[in-house]
Amino acid sequence: MAPAAKMQPGLACPVPIPARDFVVLGHGSGGRMSADLLRNLILPALQNPVLAQLNDQAVVEVKGSRLAFTTDSFVVKPLFFPGGDIGSLAVNGTVNDLAMGGAVPLFLSLAFILEEGLPMEVLRRVVESIQRAAAQAGVVVVTGDTKVVEKGSGDGLFVNTSGIGLVPADVRLSADQARPGDRVLLSGSIGDHGITILSQREGLAFDTGLQSDTAALHTLVADMLGASQAIRCLRDPTRGGLSSALNEIAERSGVGIELQESAIPVREEVQGACEMLGLDPLYVANEGKLIAIVDPAAAEPLLDAMRRHPLGREARMIGTVGGARPGMVTMRTRLGTSRIVDLLAGDQLPRIC
Amino acid sequence: MKYLDEYRDERIARNLAAEIGRRARRPWTLMEICGGQTHTLMRFGIDEVLPPGIEMVHGPGCPVCVTSLETIDKAIAIASRPAAILVSYGDMLRVPGSRTDLFHVKASGGDVRVVYSPVEALKVARAHPNRPVVFFAVGFETTAPANAMAIWQAKREGLANFSMLASHVLVPPAIRALLSSPHNRVQGFIGPGHVCTVMGCREYEQLAREFRVPIVVGGFEPMDLLEAILMLVTQLEQGRAEVENQYVRSVTYEGNRLAQKVLGEVFEVCDRKWRGIGQIPASGLSIRREYADFDADTIFDFEGFTVPEPAECISALVLQGRKKPTDCPVFAARCTPEHPLGAPMVSSEGACAAYYQYRRHMVAGAGAN
Repeated sequence: MAPAAKMQPGLACPVPIPARDFVVLGHGSGGRMSADLLRNLILPALQNPVLAQLNDQAVVEVKGSRLAFTTDSFVVKPLFFPGGDIGSLAVNGTVNDLAMGGAVPLFLSLAFILEEGLPMEVLRRVVESIQRAAAQAGVVVVTGDTKVVEKGSGDGLFVNTSGIGLVPADVRLSADQARPGDRVLLSGSIGDHGITILSQREGLAFDTGLQSDTAALHTLVADMLGASQAIRCLRDPTRGGLSSALNEIAERSGVGIELQESAIPVREEVQGACEMLGLDPLYVANEGKLIAIVDPAAAEPLLDAMRRHPLGREARMIGTVGGARPGMVTMRTRLGTSRIVDLLAGDQLPRIC
Repeated sequence: MKYLDEYRDERIARNLAAEIGRRARRPWTLMEICGGQTHTLMRFGIDEVLPPGIEMVHGPGCPVCVTSLETIDKAIAIASRPAAILVSYGDMLRVPGSRTDLFHVKASGGDVRVVYSPVEALKVARAHPNRPVVFFAVGFETTAPANAMAIWQAKREGLANFSMLASHVLVPPAIRALLSSPHNRVQGFIGPGHVCTVMGCREYEQLAREFRVPIVVGGFEPMDLLEAILMLVTQLEQGRAEVENQYVRSVTYEGNRLAQKVLGEVFEVCDRKWRGIGQIPASGLSIRREYADFDADTIFDFEGFTVPEPAECISALVLQGRKKPTDCPVFAARCTPEHPLGAPMVSSEGACAAYYQYRRHMVAGAGAN
């Protein structure tokens, strides 16, 4: 790539653009690098109208029924953490991807990639956790697969789950449905899962008393759909956090979204850990929260319905959809000023000092 | 949250800003030294509450931004060796060297590990006694004592496979270089709160006297910065040029003596190349001869390893506060955090990245994507 000096006399920048010849961790961050990978490599090869929707799940019509279909891989480290483990995460994550399309989750597939040498006891605990989570969510694991790779070719245990559900005829939720005037609702505090995982990692073990928020959200969604049909879109802000989910909606709907910083619930333990590490809770992963873009008239009844559900007790209205600055998420800060809530390029990196 | 909310309170912020407006009878150009302070200014949109006559320009205090291309290339060279383990703070991985960055070295098989403290690097060295483990130590006086401590401990333990690629930089010589420039327009400095927590305030007094410039050591929360600006404006309007301490909850006049002691034991002052700015005399710390066994620069043969820093560069002007990131024609267009053309776009503390991440919606003409 030509340096800037070639275009602008008197200007030379010290760094060339590095060629993107390899996959780097940032490509899996849920940020802009992930989006670019999708747009530049995957979508052009597999282009079709259903995939182009880029929702958490595909909704396809089969002989009059509307099927929701989704898949997700789980590579969390450590495998067991306060509040959950890779097994419950794999069930809840896929149930939630179906639920965000308004679907009633029905069937899951389960695929393991196991590394040679993994203690059988670990696998047994994960399978038991999957059984419990599936029973609790009312879904049935109906098919599966197991592969074993040589020691060193995996990291203990990876899980993939796919899920199928049925979407009621009158429910149409999609990230391209947000309109100016809509309200943004959030079901509870953000960052609990990501900070819990981070606090368990080697080299950073700090004691927060926090638990992952991993939970299946389909009954909360059912209560919400029962209270109002004026929901445009639901998202569970997992990897990449609140920011990534809202930026996707803003871009897909061609609208601007303005958040109110003081309205976004963040637990003190999460806030404290983020301050210490130089992280922003808006980018930290959640596994049991949802955001809803809703018609303004439906906001209050929906909040009431959410707060009656155990997983929505702390539900808040956190922002509004506007017509200005399409594709951009901004935030009214605690100081009353305005700032951008951008998609990050890759993973959030703790700062040096 | 206690110790946080009171430093981010809208009412107090508005009051401080109004007081700054009442005191300032003339326009003033002020510089915050630290990248962390730049980050706060942008993240909280403090430029929106300041009266129009107060202009903030952004200083060189972003360790990622000022680490020379040569040093990055050395780290990349070490990480590319088959047996070596390079241990680093996370945000150094994304900084491009002259051909690649550490993320790509890692992706193509180099053993690069991210830690949050040099103590963790020692653990890696203990766990892999047969492999050279190199800690990539960058940063200002803030991070230097912990790094010095790691070398001190490695020597005590006889941890022969541990070494450090040290490229520490010092703030006072950088301020001197800025003030000595014929292009300088900075009339007052917000001093580096965390650097002064370690080093104290004494070494800034000579600068204030010699250049007749007020320096207020400031913290990193919105209230800290607004109060420091108020103290600077007050001094400027009264014709004073003194060192004052706004960040009293962390900084003392003498600083942290223990930290200074270990720093002096392991490191000595040296000339240092700053990315985008060039060589500044006596502006860095290198490992003393007594600890040469732990100096990666000595252990790995870098004889004749030089990487030229381009002389003309807008990022140099940005790091010296002579240009705003938004003055750059490629800002937010061809230069973005995914494809940084200059180091200040790489680190979240870099001025360009902070503008891009938080403020580009306020800048007419800057690209939205």
